[in-house]
Amino acid sequence: MKFKSTLRLSALLSALVVASFSAQSQTLRVANIGDSLSMDPHSLSESLQFSITGNVYEGLVLRNKDLSLAPGLATSWKQTSPTIWRFELRKGVMFHDGTPFTADDVLFSFKRTQAEGSDLKSYTNDFKEVRKINDFTVEIETKSPFPILPDVISLVYMMSKKWCETNQAVVPVDRRKGIENAASFRANGTGPYRLRERQPNVRTSFSRNANYWGKIEGNAQEVIFTPIDNDATRVAALLSGEIDVMEPVPVQDIDRVNKNASTRVMTGPELRTIFLGMDQKRDELLYSNVKGKNPFKDKRVRQAFYQAIDIEGIKRTVMRGASTPTALMVAPGINGFDPTINVRLPYDVEAAKKLMIEAGYPNGFEVAMNCPNDRYVNDSRICQAVSANLSRINVKINLQAETKGTYFPKILRRDTSFYMLGWTPSTYDAHNALNAIFACPDDQGAGQFNLGSYCNPKVDELIKKVQSETDKTKRTAYIKQAFEMHATDIGHLPMHQQALAWGMSKKVTLTQLADNFMPFKWITIQP
Amino acid sequence: MLVFIFRRLTQAVIVMIVVAFIAFMLFQYVGDPVVFLLGQDARPEQIRQLRTDLGLDRSFVVQFGHFLVNAVQGDFGLSLRQGAKVSRLIAERFPATLELSAVAAVLALLLGVPMGVYSALKRGSFSSQLMMTVSLLGVSLPTFLIGILLILMFSVGLGWLPSFGRGDTVKIGWWSSGLLTLDGWQHVVLPAVTLAIFQLTLIMRLVRAEMLEVLRTDYIKFARARGLSSRSIHFGHALKNTLVPVLTITGLQLGGLIAFAIITETVFQWPGMGLLFIQAVTFADIPVMSAYLCLIALIFVLINLFVDLLYFAVDPRLRLGGGRH
Repeated sequence: MKFKSTLRLSALLSALVVASFSAQSQTLRVANIGDSLSMDPHSLSESLQFSITGNVYEGLVLRNKDLSLAPGLATSWKQTSPTIWRFELRKGVMFHDGTPFTADDVLFSFKRTQAEGSDLKSYTNDFKEVRKINDFTVEIETKSPFPILPDVISLVYMMSKKWCETNQAVVPVDRRKGIENAASFRANGTGPYRLRERQPNVRTSFSRNANYWGKIEGNAQEVIFTPIDNDATRVAALLSGEIDVMEPVPVQDIDRVNKNASTRVMTGPELRTIFLGMDQKRDELLYSNVKGKNPFKDKRVRQAFYQAIDIEGIKRTVMRGASTPTALMVAPGINGFDPTINVRLPYDVEAAKKLMIEAGYPNGFEVAMNCPNDRYVNDSRICQAVSANLSRINVKINLQAETKGTYFPKILRRDTSFYMLGWTPSTYDAHNALNAIFACPDDQGAGQFNLGSYCNPKVDELIKKVQSETDKTKRTAYIKQAFEMHATDIGHLPMHQQALAWGMSKKVTLTQLADNFMPFKWITIQP
Repeated sequence: MLVFIFRRLTQAVIVMIVVAFIAFMLFQYVGDPVVFLLGQDARPEQIRQLRTDLGLDRSFVVQFGHFLVNAVQGDFGLSLRQGAKVSRLIAERFPATLELSAVAAVLALLLGVPMGVYSALKRGSFSSQLMMTVSLLGVSLPTFLIGILLILMFSVGLGWLPSFGRGDTVKIGWWSSGLLTLDGWQHVVLPAVTLAIFQLTLIMRLVRAEMLEVLRTDYIKFARARGLSSRSIHFGHALKNTLVPVLTITGLQLGGLIAFAIITETVFQWPGMGLLFIQAVTFADIPVMSAYLCLIALIFVLINLFVDLLYFAVDPRLRLGGGRH
């Protein structure tokens, strides 16, 4: 009898323990330097907005932790002919409002990306038609062979046709007409978290989707996202325990956060590659004391600049170790990155001086350099370091660092002789970078960010081949050739991948993705 | 009186138009918002189309005229950054800024006046000298440094107070108040102290100077000769007269508190109008910037008018029109 009572008591205690454990509400508090501008996943092509809305919405294709493709709202896909991709949709998926996900939502979502006000037109411009085969099969026909279509559409999130029609959100917000749009402030996706409360630039809260179609690895029941612009305040909030995860940690505070008893910093390379570009088109530079000719047209000058830049010194003193020098213009994690050719020309001031003499500039020259001061990690200080490096080969840099609001309009007008830019291929594929940065500029969008107008027709041919080649081996070879030619030409001066630096409480376990996305579904926080 | 008000209102309208013009003109130089409205994969024709859609390709005069017509109706369009009505964005942020400013102003008065009186009456004493010296820091240290120091001390070091945000709020109609919850009060302490320190120093020094001046006047000597108590002399007579200029300065500074909460709001991520403005500047969000500057100008104009009218009520000499027989 005593034994039975003891057993019953033990069972009761066990039940209480289990109940109290499962009843614990795990809240994750995340801070970021910025905020999503909208909750509408089609309104802006921007990393942070994709990251935040990607917790609520999903694409047909998702990304694994190593950024490789994973089944999402589509369970499989196949290129059935050079211009046709077929996607099998996942069954039993529900939007947060209980509406089932079907092929009609896919057709609607892709069509929505082409509407006025959408910033995702470039993702679906090459679609000729999206066809519904049945409720769970769709075909996408493209205007020309499109080998990386699944990579491209991973950022086209699926929206509910019914919900958008009910909430006057059939198209993204149109700023011209001054009409507000429900999708900017509310959300109805299929993702692991649902949007609970939204105060733009103040606070956004998410709650776990109990009806999610897949497994949610993390344990957060609620996520509270807070933008904190001020670096010192954001660090203080982490150190005082008011937030659990913050991004980014300024490089000068990484040590301090790591030394704190309850916090740590996770660092890793980002997908963004920082590089310098030079005007190689004009016969005379706009901002230089060299008249009658353009020194940047001479490959020896470009090589001299390259070898005069102490990239390891910049990594050590400006980036405090938080950067990865690179020879390629794309990062590891981008399809087409090849470590065997990622070898920089050596830092060699004497060799650089000789090249300058050979090129006809024994006494160097003056040139203006344009840089942002609030866009990339330590951007203006990198440029100051470059200026100091180049002074050793008698190049006098007149550095103009300015806010991105005035910087980008200026360089996009090609009103610059020597500039800094960073690039993250939104398709996770090298073609995006090749087409935007390497291609000879035209009015169709090719070479749109090739602001120094580097131009090699052979590279252009390769880019066209890369764009349409469906054989993976051949395609990779074309990419490699294009990179090699560009490196031989020294079309730009590659610098580094800047580092991600995420601060977090030691109670937090998470996966750091190189694209700087922060999926809440992979974050675990201990009580 | 009516003539006075009418003249003031006329001046107010002129001020508002000039501010609107200056604000609009300045914004031609802050940057091109189109670059931020479209992602990096936008094509050239999309960029041209958006610039046309936003009216940015029209002449300055046409744009300004259009802006004025809409502004008078309270319509500042959509935020380029958030796609939300500017009037609604500002209405949402207004309570936070006003509450922060009000708490800071009350704090500055409640501490500044007593400290000023004390340092005047105890002139020359060690504590008075110390108070004056320390107050120099309040004027000299920039607001953002005070804010960050307070955060390091009370949030990181002692863990007593939160370092950012507004805390829990209660909605009353369209107004959301943080002053009705304990969490809200905890959150407002550090930003309000940061904002109040400069004001407090100003008020303290002003009260002290005025108090010393008043204490030297004949009527104070006469009151003392009549054998009135020190308390009666100091607070009944001297302080009342001292407060007249304090009233003026405090009223005018209230506008400054509201307008220049920008830095404090940025440091504490206080979700008010100032933070909204800074974010708009970073993004070149012209509609929000324009609306903010016009609103601040309106606040200053109204406060000036209110203070002048208050003068009529407080100062009998003005009320009687200087009549002397």
